[in-house]
Amino acid sequence: MRVVLAEDLFLLREGLVNLLQAHGFEIVAAVESGPELSRALLEERPDVAVVDVRLPPTFTDEGLQAALAARRAVPGLPVLVLSQHVEQLYARELLADGTGGVGYLLKDRVFNAAQFVDAVRRVAGGGTAMDPDVIAKLMASNVRDEPVGRLTPRERDVLALMAEGRSNAAIAQRLYLSESAVAKHTANIFGKLGLAASDDDNRRVLAVLAYLNGSRR
Amino acid sequence: MLLRTSKGFGRSLVLVTLALADALLCALAAVVMVLSFGLGMVFLFPATIRLVRRRTALARRIARSWSGVDIADPYRPPPPPPVPQADGWYREGRSLYRTSLVPSFNRALDWMLKDPATWRDLAWVFGQPILGAAVTAVPVIMVAGSVAGLVATGRPLETAAGVLLAVAGLFLAPHTVRLHGRWTELLLAPTEKARLTNELRRVDQARTIIVDVQAAELRRIERDLHDGAQARLVAIGMTLGAAEELVETDPQAARALIAKARDASATSLIELRRMVRGIHPPVLAERGLGDAVRALALDSPLAVTVSVDLPGRSAAPVESAAYFVVSELLTNASRHSGAASVTIDISHRGPALRITVTDDGQGGADPARGSGLRGIERRLAAFDGVLALHSPRGGPTTATVELPHAFQGHAARRAVPAGWRTKLMGVCFGLCWLPLFPQGLVPIVLKIAGVDERSWFLALYLPEPWQWPTLLGMIALGAGMLAFAVAEQSRWKASESNA
Repeated sequence: MRVVLAEDLFLLREGLVNLLQAHGFEIVAAVESGPELSRALLEERPDVAVVDVRLPPTFTDEGLQAALAARRAVPGLPVLVLSQHVEQLYARELLADGTGGVGYLLKDRVFNAAQFVDAVRRVAGGGTAMDPDVIAKLMASNVRDEPVGRLTPRERDVLALMAEGRSNAAIAQRLYLSESAVAKHTANIFGKLGLAASDDDNRRVLAVLAYLNGSRR
Repeated sequence: MLLRTSKGFGRSLVLVTLALADALLCALAAVVMVLSFGLGMVFLFPATIRLVRRRTALARRIARSWSGVDIADPYRPPPPPPVPQADGWYREGRSLYRTSLVPSFNRALDWMLKDPATWRDLAWVFGQPILGAAVTAVPVIMVAGSVAGLVATGRPLETAAGVLLAVAGLFLAPHTVRLHGRWTELLLAPTEKARLTNELRRVDQARTIIVDVQAAELRRIERDLHDGAQARLVAIGMTLGAAEELVETDPQAARALIAKARDASATSLIELRRMVRGIHPPVLAERGLGDAVRALALDSPLAVTVSVDLPGRSAAPVESAAYFVVSELLTNASRHSGAASVTIDISHRGPALRITVTDDGQGGADPARGSGLRGIERRLAAFDGVLALHSPRGGPTTATVELPHAFQGHAARRAVPAGWRTKLMGVCFGLCWLPLFPQGLVPIVLKIAGVDERSWFLALYLPEPWQWPTLLGMIALGAGMLAFAVAEQSRWKASESNA
């Protein structure tokens, strides 16, 4: 799998390169600034890009802007955005086009190599990987709203994991439930939120995120 | 019209009466001055000056509401009360006092004697019975005198003259009231020096507050780092050291320790993240005020609507102050007001940044009680910003924040002119004298004087019938260029002052 990596801190960049190479990814470009990233994304057309939000030269949100621009040019280009902090605002911008293949994780998540690599694979496959922190914030700001407020605590746990981009099997494993129980919960959630049920993991996640995303505005 | 003149006449009457009554105050002041400085009875002085200040305060109020002359208080701020020493005695110079009576009297006396405004006040009071009365008495004497002296005679001609004079007096009345306001302003307004001194004092206070706030902030950050991240890093180092020792003998335990170290590093990251947010929120650094407030709105438990209209980014310190002010106002709204929805409007007018935060809560917020609101004012003071709070019982609460110089840099940058109009203005300014003088006025003078000298005056080389139209055309061209340049410059200046 071909990966473009953008990270300005040398140690972290090397660490990520080693980590991904160890898990069988091919690093086609490891860059350290916004303009370089834009060029690499459009020239290399990687299977997935792992991008730091804050990059030189301006040290603002160069990485995010480059990723968004590239996704406008190449719809659905899989991008996993890493950051020292997560913001609902950025998550909403990444999800806005509704095509999937996006991830938004805290940098801390690379501590757990297996989970991080899993997230990269999921994004590369057109799925989503949202940081639990973002989901918690999205859920918190929706908790007063009627439909989310009607969910049981268990259903809310399932919704949060679903929004992170996990499959029914993964949710079952995390919550120590059977897969059929998870399926029942998800059916309930979709019913209560008035969303169309779907088998496809990715479409399911996008529906949830669109719901969480849209209900405030 | 009638209302205005009669109101003016009534006011003249009041002012005359007051001015004449001031004669009493003059007499009192004169006696006190003699007693104070002649016989050393200085204890009378402050009380008299306080009386005089009350009178001048009244005069300023009258000038504001009747003459439309806004006069600020010129006085220096009163001295702070004396502070007792550790043993409870008050020290002043080389003397010790048991109570604060004498030291505080000395301070008050010193404050009054050294303030030029005191002497200007006195000058005004002494001028009142003469100058003040003279100014305002004119219409009163005209009306009263003509009614008493001329109309009463009953002879038609003199009656007519009396009526005319009385009417003239009535018309004069509002003007004399305004004139009296000017006279008051002349002596009771702060001098430029007093104004600047007061301004400097205010700036100095603001600076002290800023330095204090910053020092406190730095201490807080230092403490957080010391107790938090630093301590955790030490713990991580120790855990890793222990793991290193165990890795040969007990790999199982070593692995557990390493996992523990990883958890600790994750925790310290979370802690650092929270700290960074408190120092300078990342979104603010990355996106500026508008998006930072939007992010704040998304994280708020309330339904927050944000509208932003900004020309660009302002200086980082201003942005940061504005952000924390909005954050504080939003916290207040969710914590105290019981509001369900909040509207935040961020806009700019010229170089000023204006933020309005409106909630639909129960209102009744009082800046005197909330330390949060005082903190906001302190933060704003550093940038000459102000907070206006409108919070009637029952709501809604509207807080308006204005930072007057937020976009100063932008205005300066925008003022750099560009475009063909400006270039043309430069050309016109540079060349307008050419058709005007050497090709216009000078050859006209030569032609009229009949000097046969053509030099480089183009018009004089033309055949006779063309000469005059060409000369006049040259002058018209030069004048036109000058007029355009001047008009363009004033337009540019106007747009600059609007910006």
